[in-house]
Amino acid sequence: MMNIFKKTILTVLVSFLLIGSAYAGKIKIGTEGAYPPWNSKDASGKLIGFEVELAWTLCRYIGSQCEIVEQDWDGMIPALIMRKFDAIMAGMSITAERQKAISFSQGYADEVASLAVMKGSSLEGMETSEGINLGKKSGAVKKDLKTLTAALAGKTVCVQTATIHQNFLESGDVGKVNVRTYKTQDEVNLDLAAGRCDAALAAAVAFSDYAEKSGKPVVLVGPTFSGGAFGNGVGVGIRKDDTELLNAFNKAIDKARKNGDISRIAIKWFGFDASM
Amino acid sequence: MITSLPKLLGATVVTLKLLSLSLFFGLFIGLLFAILRLNKNKIINKFAYGYSYVFRGTPLLVQIFIIYFGLGQIEYFRSTFLWVIFKEPYWCAIIAFALNTGAYTSEILRSAFQTIKPGLIEAGKSLGISNKIIFYKIQIPVAIRQSLPAYGNEIILMMKGTSLASTVTLMDLTGVAKYIISTTFKPIEVFIVAGSIYLFMTFIIHNLIKFLEKKYSFN
Repeated sequence: MMNIFKKTILTVLVSFLLIGSAYAGKIKIGTEGAYPPWNSKDASGKLIGFEVELAWTLCRYIGSQCEIVEQDWDGMIPALIMRKFDAIMAGMSITAERQKAISFSQGYADEVASLAVMKGSSLEGMETSEGINLGKKSGAVKKDLKTLTAALAGKTVCVQTATIHQNFLESGDVGKVNVRTYKTQDEVNLDLAAGRCDAALAAAVAFSDYAEKSGKPVVLVGPTFSGGAFGNGVGVGIRKDDTELLNAFNKAIDKARKNGDISRIAIKWFGFDASM
Repeated sequence: MITSLPKLLGATVVTLKLLSLSLFFGLFIGLLFAILRLNKNKIINKFAYGYSYVFRGTPLLVQIFIIYFGLGQIEYFRSTFLWVIFKEPYWCAIIAFALNTGAYTSEILRSAFQTIKPGLIEAGKSLGISNKIIFYKIQIPVAIRQSLPAYGNEIILMMKGTSLASTVTLMDLTGVAKYIISTTFKPIEVFIVAGSIYLFMTFIIHNLIKFLEKKYSFN
């Protein structure tokens, strides 16, 4: 009897020790694995993509063992807070809203968002500037937003749920659009191609990647978006009380940038240098 | 937790609409296929059995995905008039739910028909009542009464099943709960509120069925 009692106490103590040091020697990094080319899976189910490769590089600079785990996008931040992993690298833009819940490292890459439609759509040929920064509300930006408001009135625009793209469409900057939300970018692409969406909004590279792989006539329209609701680049999401790990990632990103690793990996996956 | 309540209650209306429309169509489908199952013609019988076998043997989520994302991929299908209905996630969900609950309902009703004591029908015949009237006035009411407990369960299962509507972009109770979580990052609190609303709906349905069982009891 005593023996069982001792064993139980020992087991409990050991498990407390394990929980207490969530990444003693091993950092767990959460990614979605469904947002190519940022992060996705190959045919065998192995995680690949810009952020997966960058994560291994950063781990090497930190000098720690790492494990990359998959997590659905809409539960990403809650899972981090509940210690299912210690860091998020999932094409997550640094926004003021998210910073209320978690910390971010410095940005490692720029995500440029764009609207996409199927070839032949009435939205094609919209006359706007090439790119607008919503952080600066200049006359040119306001004019473009007006053009977008008129073009998108009554249209259904599809986005992945809980993204900067959804936040932007619901901010009122482009009037009242019919926003439809999906669990993954894959589903957004499917419904865009099926004609259920008049347009879709996501990272420009997500659409070009889909167009290339599926052969579907998806075209980008309107300006590219940055700043404001679109945040300030993509960074590593880390729990607020985890300053030690935050510093480690910031230092590792500095090193990776200096050595040209981020640019090299970005060019490999995006076809252009998206590092920042 | 409290601030999310009005939004969740608004979404409950969507859930209830999905549930009632699905049950309405499902009951017709179920009754039709229960009668087909009792048909002596082997082909008709096998067809009805095949329908209930397929829809009871595959997950509801798979059925919704096939109807929503699957059919949308077929270019020819998109050019037919059916696309007007199937373009809308709302109708896709209702069609999937109705076909699913219809399969279960047909089994419930079939077994209820089969447990009707032959004496009841013979009593009708001995009074000179026509077969048609025996079917509509004796067999159907008795079968419905017999199947009330099982059908009550089916309603509750279907009510919970409507949460899958959120996977095809509908903002039902689960969909809105997920949306609130995505902006507040508080899954436990919001899901507890949403779960309580589901539980409350179960409570109402359960008691309604209990009341009907008592009202139409044989004793």
